Amino acid sequence: MALEEGIASSLLRQHLLRLAERGERKDNRAFDELRPISIREGVFTKGEGEAWVSLGKTQVLVALKANVGEPFSDTPDRGVLITNAELLPLASPSFEPGPPREKAIEIARVVDRAFRGSGAIDLSNMVLEEGKLVWILFLDMYALDFDGNLFDAMTLASLLALIRARLPLVEVGSEGRPITVEGQKVAAPLTNYPLNFSFAKIGKHLMLDPDLEEEAGSDGLLTLGLDKDLNICSIQKRKGTFMVEEIHKVAEIARSKYPELASQFIEREIERD
Amino acid sequence: MNPLFIEKKPERLIEKDGTRIDGRKPDEMRSIRMEVGPLKKANGSAYLEWGGNAVLAGVYGPREVHPRHMALPDRALLRCRYSLAPFSVPERKRPGPDRRSVELSKVIREALLPSVFAEKYPNTSIDIFIEVLRADAGTRVAGVSAASLALSDAGIPLRGLVAACATGRVGDSILLDLGHEEDMWGDADLPLAMLMETKEITLLQADGTLSPEQFKQALDLALKGCEHVYKIQIEALKRPYVSVRRELEEG
Repeated sequence: MALEEGIASSLLRQHLLRLAERGERKDNRAFDELRPISIREGVFTKGEGEAWVSLGKTQVLVALKANVGEPFSDTPDRGVLITNAELLPLASPSFEPGPPREKAIEIARVVDRAFRGSGAIDLSNMVLEEGKLVWILFLDMYALDFDGNLFDAMTLASLLALIRARLPLVEVGSEGRPITVEGQKVAAPLTNYPLNFSFAKIGKHLMLDPDLEEEAGSDGLLTLGLDKDLNICSIQKRKGTFMVEEIHKVAEIARSKYPELASQFIEREIERD
Repeated sequence: MNPLFIEKKPERLIEKDGTRIDGRKPDEMRSIRMEVGPLKKANGSAYLEWGGNAVLAGVYGPREVHPRHMALPDRALLRCRYSLAPFSVPERKRPGPDRRSVELSKVIREALLPSVFAEKYPNTSIDIFIEVLRADAGTRVAGVSAASLALSDAGIPLRGLVAACATGRVGDSILLDLGHEEDMWGDADLPLAMLMETKEITLLQADGTLSPEQFKQALDLALKGCEHVYKIQIEALKRPYVSVRRELEEG
């Protein structure tokens, strides 16, 4: 039985609440403090872009694979973005092998919404021949080590994978066949940098970046996405309840955190390009 | 998608004077009709028409949990299935759950769970089935509103009713209860559900960009929408008893 479903979670809640009333968290973080983020450098996949990100003890690997193919017939003038999250059984004792279930589907769709909602990927700039040939980008998000808040870790890793991505230069040859131009690479058409910020509510206290135990013992969970202009681009209330003022508080904390995270990880990555 | 069903983007979604494509004002809802207890076998049920949406909700339980290992020793297991009927949309949808309906089933369950005294029924399940018969934007909020009525009709002890409504943004305008075209070509939408008794938000999602100001405006407008839906829910719950009373009075 997963931690969040057991009776243990109500004991955990009592413990976390007692700490919170004293202004503390179990790992001594401030309520609005993220766990340390680090990026593992190296080449791990055959993706066109990739990022292995640790958020505390949570680790995720996201790889971007690019392909060309037919667009959806209702959007002949747009490329395609497909997100998929896999909760690997090696990441947690509570993950089981098999096709993505509710939890994985929710994560994939919430990350997808942050990118789509902010218009971060210029899909109209991914068309090789309208109605016939477009870029299809796959973001495959792997949970490697699960200690809570996969949402934020996978969004950051996806964004880094997209920034780092180098797609082959493709031209449309005779009879509409795609031809790759040797030795030339192009960047993915990225126009915005969305990030997700997840919060746990414990009693009346709102905590940024909950770990697994904080998620399990929480009275509410909510993920809020911001774009580079600090507009909200996606929200998902995942568990429990929130009051209107708490929603505004959460948005305010996220807005205060975005610049710090962006300067630490996004800007550096863009400069490196 | 079949070219037969490709829709054309309208030239304008909103007129300069604020009139919307279907003639509504920015803060005007579509018409809503609710009916409690249309199903005879379910423990509780509700039927709802909301603009061009038609939604049927049925509740079974508290009942024995199948499979048994899913039972919770300290409370009822709440399960929810949101399903779009193949004939609910212009081009036939393949029956069965897709990723969207798996996610919506989850957020709808989470929207209703806080309203249920689940701890009163350990080792049982309460199963909520939502069938969208005709979809026309806002099916999740219609589904939540119908399912909450069905839970109440099933006689399950509740902290209160959950009412739901969506708002969104088209250009610079914040609009209440997005219609089909606004949902399809608008810039943002924000579905919200609230446990009206305690003013707790039980469902909140957003898709598309909203500035801090726009977000506040959209949230406030959604709350107004929920109040409106709540009134109709209460009226629908009372209606059968009103007619019984009338019959008694008329002898």
